[in-house]
Amino acid sequence: MKLFEHEAKEIFRAFGMPTPPGGVARTSEEAKKRAEEVGKPVVVKAQVLSGKRGKAGGVKFADTPDDAARHAEEILAMRINDLPVEAVLIEEKLDIQQEIYVGVTVDRNARKYVMIGSSAGGMSIEELAEESPELIIKHHVDPFLGFRAFEARNMAIAMGFKGKNINRLGSFFIKLWQIVTKYDVELSEINPLILTKDGRFLAADARLNIDDNALYRHKDIIENLHREPAEMNERELKATAEGMAYVELDGDIACICNGAGLTMATLDAVALYGGQASTFLDLGGGSDKERVEKGIEIALQYDKVKAILVNIMGGITRCDDVANGIVAVRDDQGIDVPLVIRMVGTNEKEGQDILTKAGIPFLKTMEEAAAKVVELVKEVK
Amino acid sequence: MAVLVDKDTRVLIQGITGSQGTFHSNAMLEYGTKIVAGVTPGKGGESVNGIPVYDSVKNAKEAEDATASVIFVPAPFAGDAALEAITNDLNPVVLITEHIPVRDEMIVVHAAKAKGITVIGPNTPGIITPGAKQKLGIMPGHVFSEGVVGLMSRSGTLTYEIAAGMTNAEVGISTAIGLGGDPCVGLTAVEAVELFKQDPETKALVLVGEIGGDAEERAAAYIKNEYDLPVVGFIAGRTAPPGKRMGHAGAIISGSSGTADAKIKAMNAAGIQVAEKPSDVARILNELL
Repeated sequence: MKLFEHEAKEIFRAFGMPTPPGGVARTSEEAKKRAEEVGKPVVVKAQVLSGKRGKAGGVKFADTPDDAARHAEEILAMRINDLPVEAVLIEEKLDIQQEIYVGVTVDRNARKYVMIGSSAGGMSIEELAEESPELIIKHHVDPFLGFRAFEARNMAIAMGFKGKNINRLGSFFIKLWQIVTKYDVELSEINPLILTKDGRFLAADARLNIDDNALYRHKDIIENLHREPAEMNERELKATAEGMAYVELDGDIACICNGAGLTMATLDAVALYGGQASTFLDLGGGSDKERVEKGIEIALQYDKVKAILVNIMGGITRCDDVANGIVAVRDDQGIDVPLVIRMVGTNEKEGQDILTKAGIPFLKTMEEAAAKVVELVKEVK
Repeated sequence: MAVLVDKDTRVLIQGITGSQGTFHSNAMLEYGTKIVAGVTPGKGGESVNGIPVYDSVKNAKEAEDATASVIFVPAPFAGDAALEAITNDLNPVVLITEHIPVRDEMIVVHAAKAKGITVIGPNTPGIITPGAKQKLGIMPGHVFSEGVVGLMSRSGTLTYEIAAGMTNAEVGISTAIGLGGDPCVGLTAVEAVELFKQDPETKALVLVGEIGGDAEERAAAYIKNEYDLPVVGFIAGRTAPPGKRMGHAGAIISGSSGTADAKIKAMNAAGIQVAEKPSDVARILNELL
C-alpha cells in the first residue's frame, strides 16, 4: 500500500522527524489559507501516488498566497500518470544548503532490509546509481539485531557529515527504522532530506509503502486514512475481493488462467502470435465453477476486451469445474465475444465432454489456443 | 538419487486439520509420500486421513521421527510455524503459504540459514522427487515422471505445464523444486543449481523464471562458471508492463530492473538455451540429451 506524501509525513512527524511547515489543501481557497499560515514563499506539490510529478509540472513555487492559490488550481486540474490530483501539499520553500537521500528497502537477494543514504539527494536513486554510485552508502540490517544507533552514525559519517550533524542525520535513519518495524514498511524514501542554510534537517519529501501482506496488523493506519488502500477501478475491486490477481493492459484479448506464471506465459504466447492482451486474470489455485464464472464476468466488463482465452492447467483445479463455469456464464448471460478454451490436467476428459455437449470448442495446447484467439480477434476487427 | 527429498524423508504436515492441509495431505498420501505426523496446536490426539495429529512440532517429531515439514498454516501464523519447524531441526521446511509478510519471511530465512536448514518457498507448490514417489507440496503428481532432469521454477501451474510437456516427450525429472513466487524466498536459484550439481543422477537442468528481481541473472552467472551440463531456460512475463505486479508478489519490473529481456540475455550469455514457448522446453531437452 502506497501512502500519499502528506500521509507519510504525518507518520514521520509522529516519530519525531521534522518536516517543513505547511498543510494539505483540496481547493485553491484552502491552498491560499495554508500559504498565509506559512507566511513565507511556499512550494505547491501535487499529491499523487506516482513518481516523476515534478517533470509532469506537479510541483510549483509561489511567493505569495495568491500565487499559491493559482498554482493549486492548475495542479488540482491535472492528471499525472493518468491519476487525478485530488490534493496539494503547501509547504515552506526551504533555503537549501544540501539535498540528501535517506531510504530503506528490501534487498531480495540478501533477504534483508537495506538502509540507503547519499549526500547527493534530489535525483532518483536509479539516476544516482548511474551517475555517481560511489556516493551511495548502503547498510544491510541484521534481521535479529535490527538497526542500531552506532550504525546510523556510521552511515552519516560515510556520507561525509561531521560534528553535530552526525547525530542529527543519524537520527533520521533511526526514526525511519522505527517506522519500518512498527508498520511493516516495504520501501521508504526521504528524497530530498534537506539541510537548510540555517542548519536544520527537514524531510522535504516522503515516500512510504507498506507491505500489503502485513496490512492485517495495521488496521489502525487504514482507518486513520479514511480511504481505500489502493486506487482501483470497479473491476479491480471485484477481482481483488474474490482473491484473483487482475491487471488491465492495452490490448484486446483477455487471458484467464490459473497461476501467475502460466498467465504471464499465456500473455507472452498471445504476443508471439501477433496479438496483444487486454487482461491478466489469474483465477488462483483450486478454482471451482463459481470462480470461473466470476472471472469471465469481470473480464467481460472491461470494454477493451474483444476475445477471451481461457487457459487452464488442471492440478488442484478440475477441468470439469472449469467447463461447468464456462457453460453457466454462456447460458446465463451470454458471452458476446469469441471464446477460446484450452484446458488439460485433472478431469480433462470430463471437462471436454461437458464443453463438447454444450457446443463449445476447445484446444489441446496453449500455442494452438493463442494462435486461434489472435486469428479470431483479427476477424472481429 | 535426487536432491533434498528422497525415499527416506519422513514428512510432518503443519496445519493438517485445515481444509488445505487435509486435502493435500490426502493427495500426498495417494501419491506415495511418507507422511508420519500432523501438527495443529490444540488438536493433538485427533487424526486426519489416518495421520496422527500432535499439538506441537516437538511432540510430533519425538513420537514419529519426522525429518521434514510441509506448512499449510495461514499467513499470519505461518512465520511462527516455520520457526517452530526450524527450531526442531526439520529439514527441508516447505512453506506453501502465500501472502506472508516480508518481514516474517526475512526472519525465517535467516533463522534457517543459521542452522543450515533449507526453507523452500514461501508461496511455493513444493518439491517433488518422482523416483522416490515423494511429493512435499500441492503439485499434481501424475504430470511429473522419473528421470534425469532437475527442474526449478518460481511458479506453480507453469511448472506443471512444462513438466507435463516433458512427460509427454518422455523426458523425466530427478527432482522438481518450486522456489516460490515471493520477493524473499529461502532456497535461491543459485543454491538449487548447487544442489543439483552435487547429484550424480541429474544430467541436465531446467530453470523456469519470471520477471522481477535478478535471481535468474545470478543463477546464469553461477551456471556459466560452475555448471557444465545442459541447461534450458524459460522466462514468463516478456510482455509484462513495468510497475505492475503480475500475480506473484515478486513478479514486478521496478524501474529498469527485473525485465525478461535482461534475464534472457544473461541466460544466453551463460550458454543456456531459452525456450520461446513452454512446449519448446521438452523439445530442446530432447535435442540436448
